[in-house]
Amino acid sequence: MRRSITKYFNSYTEAAPLAVFRIGFGILMLASIIRFYLNGWIEKLYITPKFHFSYYGFEWVKPLGDFTYLLFIVCGSAAFFVAIGYKYRIAIITFFLSFTYIELMDKTTYLNHYYFISILSFLLIFLPANAYFSLDAWKNSGKAFQKIPRWCIDSIKLLLAMVYFYAGLAKLNSDWLINAMPLKIWLPSKYDLPFFGDLMQQEWVPYVFSWSGMLYDLLIPFLLLYKRTRFVAFLAVIVFHVLTRVLFPIGMFPYIMIISALIFFSPKVHHQILNKISLWFNINKVKFDNNLLFNKSRNRKFKISVVAIFFLVQLLFPWRYLLYPNELFWTEEGFRFSWRVMLMEKAGYAEFKVVDADSGKRFYVNNSDFLTPFQEKQMSFQPDFILQYAHFLADHFRKEGHSNIEVYVESYVGLNGRKSKPYISADVNLLNFDDSFKHKTFILPFYDEIKGL
Amino acid sequence: MKKFSRILIVASLIFTACSSEDEGSGNSEVDTFDRGAMLENWADNIIVPSFDNFKSSTQQLEDLTIAFTSNPSEENLVALRSQFESSYLNFQTVAMFDIGKAEELNYRRFLNTYPLATSEVESKIAGGSYNLELPSSFTEQGFPALDYLLNGLGETDAEIVAKYSSENYRNYLLDVSKRINSLTTEVNSSWQADYRDTFISSTSSSSTGSVDKFTNKYIMYYETFLRSGKIGYPAGAFTGTPSPINVEAYYSADLSKKLYLQSLKTTQDFFNGKYFNTSQTGKSYKQYLEFLEKGDLANDIISQFGTINSQATNLDDSFKSQVETNNTLMLVAFDELQKQVVLLKLDMVQALSISINYVDSDGD
Repeated sequence: MRRSITKYFNSYTEAAPLAVFRIGFGILMLASIIRFYLNGWIEKLYITPKFHFSYYGFEWVKPLGDFTYLLFIVCGSAAFFVAIGYKYRIAIITFFLSFTYIELMDKTTYLNHYYFISILSFLLIFLPANAYFSLDAWKNSGKAFQKIPRWCIDSIKLLLAMVYFYAGLAKLNSDWLINAMPLKIWLPSKYDLPFFGDLMQQEWVPYVFSWSGMLYDLLIPFLLLYKRTRFVAFLAVIVFHVLTRVLFPIGMFPYIMIISALIFFSPKVHHQILNKISLWFNINKVKFDNNLLFNKSRNRKFKISVVAIFFLVQLLFPWRYLLYPNELFWTEEGFRFSWRVMLMEKAGYAEFKVVDADSGKRFYVNNSDFLTPFQEKQMSFQPDFILQYAHFLADHFRKEGHSNIEVYVESYVGLNGRKSKPYISADVNLLNFDDSFKHKTFILPFYDEIKGL
Repeated sequence: MKKFSRILIVASLIFTACSSEDEGSGNSEVDTFDRGAMLENWADNIIVPSFDNFKSSTQQLEDLTIAFTSNPSEENLVALRSQFESSYLNFQTVAMFDIGKAEELNYRRFLNTYPLATSEVESKIAGGSYNLELPSSFTEQGFPALDYLLNGLGETDAEIVAKYSSENYRNYLLDVSKRINSLTTEVNSSWQADYRDTFISSTSSSSTGSVDKFTNKYIMYYETFLRSGKIGYPAGAFTGTPSPINVEAYYSADLSKKLYLQSLKTTQDFFNGKYFNTSQTGKSYKQYLEFLEKGDLANDIISQFGTINSQATNLDDSFKSQVETNNTLMLVAFDELQKQVVLLKLDMVQALSISINYVDSDGD
């Protein structure tokens, strides 16, 4: 056992797949950043709002005013440098830090996809993605290696497999499989799709989509790993992600997943891709084909341990929800960072009441005075948002001269087609609570049951 | 590799073909809800007739203003005032339709932003020069200005009429009245011309489609203008202190509750798909929800409208005296209106899968 592990970590493979992955990743990230800017989202999401929802423990990460644009420029340039493989290590570290900083600025914009990018770029810091077909390797033949340790490529496969598999596990619940929720709500609203519009109205369609989505997520990693099913699996990857792109506002993610899935193919395929690129840009690819094995670097043990710990954390983190009572979909305690995608049609309505305990004066808060519509929407069904906002309101009204303040919220949440129900105890002064990882006792019970994971 | 590039090309073709914004045509399949027909009902049986009716009303308002300003008598004042009241009530039947030309012109804000900036109005009248087309003059014109000019200038009709010996007052009154009429004419003719077709043919399910767009408007009207504007602000729901000056038609004796009830009726009728001024009904939210097997929700909304209406019978005809004497009843009205916001903005919108946020960000 021990020997086979040592043997595994000493085995080598072609660096080409990782080089293709690096190029694809860099270009798509650059495109994402540019798209983000062109959509006016930097302004809308990070500059306009007067108040930002922070992640617990990361309250110090805030947008930088107009310098936020600079942050995006840094992030985009780093992505470009990653793509061409120039000063790769610095570039990927810069990308990881700037991208993660952007994501931490306001949790209103949280998407599993962004989290995926963050941790993927973290992993890439420890992989020699510039060993082959990069500017670094071109300029310095001492850094050029045609072969790299096998685990480097396998670690990306493992991360992709994990994302899919956990997303599949998360679909093993009664709302998704038995009630075909939330697809039963979402699909009929796509009545104007060319060709498929009428199909989306059929009652059986959401069930087919739910079950095949679940099977796809659970099986695709294995089908991609197994040589004989790989090609068909890749077709499925394309069809699946194209479909999600057509049906939902899902941004760049489908493209990222399609390009990423290429990593499962044999080095031969990647050499062909690189040949194509060489042809277009007139690059002498032969120069990289030096048949050299990647130098065992001094900190190899350190790298492997970091990557091992990284995967251990990734493996365990999605299960943390088991430590909390009540229904996960309802409380969302342990919901994020767990590959739970597209599982809920959830919306809320939260009206805050401020009471001045000295004068007995009470009044409601006009949320649009403080929050953008998007922030208000996200706030109204997530308890940690509600709590943070309550504290913000208290600070605001204290500054306005109210001294002994209490903040209450009357809130309703509707989940996966259920009629909306009261969400937070209306008679609890939210200021008595501070945010923490502990269970939030002011969340009212769900009054229903969702079976499964 | 060749195979791959071919697949990628085909895939990207599908992408472009399917993700291009397609306005789409109305579905005529039996088992799908025909949104095109719903939009037609909204336009042809509700919106267009409402604007048409309101247009005649503002024309009469202008005519009677001319009559009064050319001969400022108490008799003419009484006639104009009664027309003002009826026009203000009619305005409540169109205020909600802030889409198309109305949205472009800032129609609602020009016609009904209150409370009125009285001192600004007085100084403009005294100065004799002003431009009512400026956005900064929202609070100096429209129905709130007429309300002041016809009711707030003196204790008695004789005192009010006396003010109109000044040409400046006559001019301002006439300009305000004319502007109401001309803006209304503009909005009405755009519906009579091609906007109706634009509106009903935009059946797309995206946020730019008419159903999505108008539903956002509908709920915003209900929440902001009906719940907050007519009840919440006067009752001090957001400050803790009642504020009579925020009452709609502050200077009229008993108009505020009538305006509230008319506005409430308009939102209610719209929900039910009821034609303007007849008892017939067509497709609207109620029917849409029933089609989606959410008849329970439709019933809850209808019954909440009932509760709000019956609560309103406890309210004084003048909201001004209501907030001054017994504000608790106003706050009860607010709470009842509030319950409906939850049903509309949360449950209904979710059932219809309409996005209520105006930010076009990505989803998971």
